[in-house]
Amino acid sequence: MSNNTMSASLKRYSVWVLAALVLLVLPLIFSSGASLTTMCLAGIMIIFALSYNMLLGQTGMLSFGHAVYYGLAAFVTAHTMNWLAKNGIPIPLPLVPIAGGIAGLFFGVVFGSVSTKRGGTAFAMISLGLAELVYSSSLILRSFFGGEEGISTDRTKLLRVFGYNFGPQLQVYYLIAAWTLLCVILMYALTRTPFGRMCNAVRENPERVEFVGYNPQFVRFIAFSLAGLFAGVAGSLAAINIELAQASFVGAAQSGAVLLAAYIGGVAFFVGPILGAILVTLLSIKLSDFSEIWLLYFGILFITIILFAPYGLSGLLMMHAQFWRGPMGARISRLLRLAGAYVIAAIPAIIMVAGAVLLIEMIHHVSQKTAEGPMMHFLRRPYLTINTASALPWIGALVALFAGFFAFRFTWQTVASAWHRALADMQRSGS
Amino acid sequence: MAELIIISTLNGVLYGMLLFLMASGLTLIFSMMGVLNFAHASFYMLGAFLGFQISQWAGFIPAIILAPIIAGGLGALIERYGLRTVHKHGHVAELLFTFGLAFIIEETIQMIWGKLAVDYRVPSFLDFSAFTVYATNYPAYKAFMLLFSIAIFIGLIFLLTRTRAGLIIQASLTHPHMVGMLGHNVPRVFMMVFGLGTALAAIAGAVAGAAFVTQSNMAALLGPILFVVVVVGGLGSLWGAFVASLLIGLLQTFAIASDWSLSKFLGGSFTPERGTILYDVWTVTIAQIGPILPYLLLVLVLVFRPTGLFGTRDT
Repeated sequence: MSNNTMSASLKRYSVWVLAALVLLVLPLIFSSGASLTTMCLAGIMIIFALSYNMLLGQTGMLSFGHAVYYGLAAFVTAHTMNWLAKNGIPIPLPLVPIAGGIAGLFFGVVFGSVSTKRGGTAFAMISLGLAELVYSSSLILRSFFGGEEGISTDRTKLLRVFGYNFGPQLQVYYLIAAWTLLCVILMYALTRTPFGRMCNAVRENPERVEFVGYNPQFVRFIAFSLAGLFAGVAGSLAAINIELAQASFVGAAQSGAVLLAAYIGGVAFFVGPILGAILVTLLSIKLSDFSEIWLLYFGILFITIILFAPYGLSGLLMMHAQFWRGPMGARISRLLRLAGAYVIAAIPAIIMVAGAVLLIEMIHHVSQKTAEGPMMHFLRRPYLTINTASALPWIGALVALFAGFFAFRFTWQTVASAWHRALADMQRSGS
Repeated sequence: MAELIIISTLNGVLYGMLLFLMASGLTLIFSMMGVLNFAHASFYMLGAFLGFQISQWAGFIPAIILAPIIAGGLGALIERYGLRTVHKHGHVAELLFTFGLAFIIEETIQMIWGKLAVDYRVPSFLDFSAFTVYATNYPAYKAFMLLFSIAIFIGLIFLLTRTRAGLIIQASLTHPHMVGMLGHNVPRVFMMVFGLGTALAAIAGAVAGAAFVTQSNMAALLGPILFVVVVVGGLGSLWGAFVASLLIGLLQTFAIASDWSLSKFLGGSFTPERGTILYDVWTVTIAQIGPILPYLLLVLVLVFRPTGLFGTRDT
């Protein structure tokens, strides 16, 4: 009996211990400056996207203004750090995100009391209006927002702990990693509480929640305030990371980025926004190496996921998790057969995407780069120089696009039949 | 003072009518399908850029006729092949789809026309002064815009109240399921209404683009105000949208012409210290807070009347 509970709790905590170990070891493997920066941004985005998912995924509230709490907390953090450094108050940097969290909670309570009166579409529009209100105010309240240049700060000026001054990026990485792990655990724990379940009930059917005796408006308000708290921690870490808080932190682009990250990862599962945050951070850093108009591809990816994979990346993964049952050999052979079908379907898909990308890049080149002449470096690679004045690449791109599309539709049937066979196999083995 | 009031009223009504051209389409689409089209302002922008491009090739009159037709056709296609697919995943997925659409339209316009403003000008045959109020010349193009938007407004009322198609649309506003029961092809009505709504936004864009700045950020600037209009007026209420459009149009126009601030109003009895938030609030003029007035109005309306001015149904 005690052995059983032991192994159960071991299973429960082993995930977090493993996550902590991965976070510890990661900078030893990816030790370059660029990858450290990327990991710091990803950690911040993970907290931010998970806090967003407390609204969208768990309570069913679509917010277009979540960056307000992130950004305002970043400003409060920058002011707090400057104030601590100026007055020599002995509070070390690792505790500063608490101030950001409190700021996020405060603004969440203030704006939440107005905006959570309505659910659904009206809530979405109100969140957008409040975000615009705060962003426009940032140009007026210059003493708080610091106008165009923002509020800069110096993280090394605070009290040192064990001789660490948090100047090097590696130390900041560990600070962010520790806070990320803490926030992820807290947010996960929250989904397991009765309150977390009430949030899901409000998402599914607010009317019935009312019949049961809860006030959905109040549940929404609490969820909104707590989401503000965690968004505040994320914003605080962002301000510590780049030692600056800018008006763009509260802007529509930031609100849009977190929405994209959470949705691409998948809002139906807790890990979804974590995957989405990592992917979106990596893409936004890497894609700009290849194309000036990478945001367009980003938008197309988003629409594709809405149309064809509404549960996001984590949803796709979970669809495959169902095959991971029964004897080990059967599991592997099932997934291998599926993988084979995917490879066959992927070839025309890659051709189709390549044709579309070439077409988009050429249109962009001829309409925006007339000064550079007809020669275009495709994907910013000099060895892929293409003459946009000749008809050949245009015809080639169109042929690749359409031939790839129809071939993909054909090969997709292989995937569908492989999928059905795997399902039938599962049923036969009786699991 | 009288001059200021007359000019500001004219400009405010003009701005309000343009807002209503968009808000009416948005409201029609919302009432029928329950989708708040996040990309609505993007169709306004698309109308402006198409209007610019066609006016370069064929002149102004073809531009303001063809641009809305193309944009409306595009809107109908998007409804047919995009929105209808996500419909089964619920309203959040639909709203997110239109959000992604707004994103893609903005990026596509930047890809083709760039980030800088394009040179979309008032046509030469309308580039004169229509009349003079005291010492201010009122441009003929603005008078044309005002008359044009009023004409479309009357046309819309005629369409909705005097034609058979309008009756079906009106019935669908309140009893969408019943209309389907009576044997009308509701999905096709949805597609038509979506096309009509986006075409109305594109008309506003094609006409207003020439007078204002045609740039790839115009949808992002106008979109939030448009949503304020429909929420303040009451989601799904055409009359509410009309009143709120005029209200916000007048509010913003009068704010721009005013240089009042708290310090001017209360006199020099008290001056806060420079560099504090109080100082910022004390010295800011109404013209400076003009851009945030619609959002303040939104908050006020939500506190005192959460369903909006004329709203009846909760979403």
